[in-house]
Amino acid sequence: MALKVLVGCKRVIDYAVKIRIKPDKLGVVTEGVKHSMNPFDEIAVEEAMRMKERKLVNEIIVVSCGPAQAMETIRTALAMGADRGIHVEIPLDQMDTFQPLHVSKVLAKLAEKEKVDIVMLGKLAIDDDSNQTAQMTASLLDWPQGVFASKIDKTDAGLEIIREVDGGLETIRTTLPAVLSADLRLNEPRYATLPNIMKAKKKKVDKMTPADLGVDMAPRIQIVSVEDPPVREAGQTVADVDDLVAKLKEKGFSSA
Amino acid sequence: MFSTPTKLSGLVNTLRFARNQSTLVLVEHNNEKINPVTLNAITAARALGGEVNCLVAGTSCGDVAKEVSSVEGISKVLVAEDAAFEGFMPEKLTPILMASQNQFKFTHIIAGASAFSRGLLPRVAAQLDVSPISDIIGIKDKDTFVRTIYAGNAIMTLKSMDPVKIVTVRTTAFEPATVGGGSAALEAAPAAAGDTADVSQWVGQELSKSERPDLGSAKVVVSGGRGMKTGDNFSMLYDLADKLGAGVGASRAAVDAGMVPNDMQIGQTGKIIAPELYIAVGISGAIQHLAGMKDSKVIVAVNKDPEAPIFQVSDFGLVADLFKAVPEITEKI
Repeated sequence: MALKVLVGCKRVIDYAVKIRIKPDKLGVVTEGVKHSMNPFDEIAVEEAMRMKERKLVNEIIVVSCGPAQAMETIRTALAMGADRGIHVEIPLDQMDTFQPLHVSKVLAKLAEKEKVDIVMLGKLAIDDDSNQTAQMTASLLDWPQGVFASKIDKTDAGLEIIREVDGGLETIRTTLPAVLSADLRLNEPRYATLPNIMKAKKKKVDKMTPADLGVDMAPRIQIVSVEDPPVREAGQTVADVDDLVAKLKEKGFSSA
Repeated sequence: MFSTPTKLSGLVNTLRFARNQSTLVLVEHNNEKINPVTLNAITAARALGGEVNCLVAGTSCGDVAKEVSSVEGISKVLVAEDAAFEGFMPEKLTPILMASQNQFKFTHIIAGASAFSRGLLPRVAAQLDVSPISDIIGIKDKDTFVRTIYAGNAIMTLKSMDPVKIVTVRTTAFEPATVGGGSAALEAAPAAAGDTADVSQWVGQELSKSERPDLGSAKVVVSGGRGMKTGDNFSMLYDLADKLGAGVGASRAAVDAGMVPNDMQIGQTGKIIAPELYIAVGISGAIQHLAGMKDSKVIVAVNKDPEAPIFQVSDFGLVADLFKAVPEITEKI
């Protein structure tokens, strides 16, 4: 009963980079800036790999939507152990209005086309911070969802998932097929080893466009502006605890 | 003779009203009382103008529906009570929201941003073929919203071209509506169309129980990071928090290391808060942590590393060994 998994990954500006707003104030500078696989997607790929190592999964297909450079992200996932890739090409100038709604339509079409049992995504992308794609993909497919997962186990009837929620942890069960999204503590992703990076170059990657899948790319939003957040005024160092306590009392903070 | 102008103006008002917004607020609750995030969402809904309605769906809605109906400015409260809503599973709640939307044709569906609304509203948006807008911090007009991207390092204003806007609201950006003074009508929510297959099941939850103020609404928060070294050491933060009447949070590093449970995590993918006073202890101040607290009114940092990035955002920075400094602060504050 080995399962087939479709893992989505996104190429984003690296989490450690300090971003700059473009002079036209309609976006963020991406040219010449270090990019990597969205950290949550690394966790998603890793989880698929662990399921493969436990013989629950026999094929991992990785998909990325984006311009030519999305291939770097696909190759990274292949180097981590995914079996083959799909690059859904999106022109660079359409990326700003390419929303989770559009991605979820692409993923839903691919999930049906490839007859997968699990669609595995990262909980959110660290650029747009949306946290929507897995939920929307599940909805379009009319599949159950296990989102913000911190533990995933196979049961006879499907999956048991522990999720991180606002008050702590929640346990749910779903049937298969299902859409899952990885939260931070699901696992610690492996580094791709050099031999695997070399092997990845030979793995197959299919290319297609959203139009090939019958997905309408028309934008649903118009970006009015992208601006810097309000700047905090510089603070001060305090000499010692007495100094700190005095300053806090001045501001009206003391024991309740 | 005098009734005709009244009838005419009544008709004109109806027409004007039909062109106005009509918002549905999805109420978050535990079958006993409203979750405070909903009160911030109601304020946001009222800022849009037009009618504000609420939906309460759960296994036992009576008390919550009554509480919601007493919030000022609500037109009606739709109530859907069913054992099937145990655990508030999104697969079961989506059809109920769809049924209400199909009947009342709301222009906006809003909820306070939380794990619950994030799990559910995008499912509804996909059914309606619209692009949801997450975690807004401002409303410019009925189509135009403000939200943060890149962990709060950029602020985006966007205009939605969809006919229905599905929006979650960052609670720190909107005052909570007051409970009391209102008297909205209660009405049964339209039934969900068809039968939802049993594809998912709620098994249980492990919620942290605490007497301390909830992180989302605490006026003061004391927070610990990697520098705390062990979960046991957090007891010195609990002592300080007790003295200040504060909530206690943590950085991702502390949660990953198993020092404290996940619901204490403050940051880009944890809780985003903006208390009057945030005291960061043994927290270096990574971008992702700052995303969760940099809108706090006053930030204090205690760290033995003078180069720690947290000192770039703190109002008062104390370079010191936290194991000596924190007990001393507790004693003297």
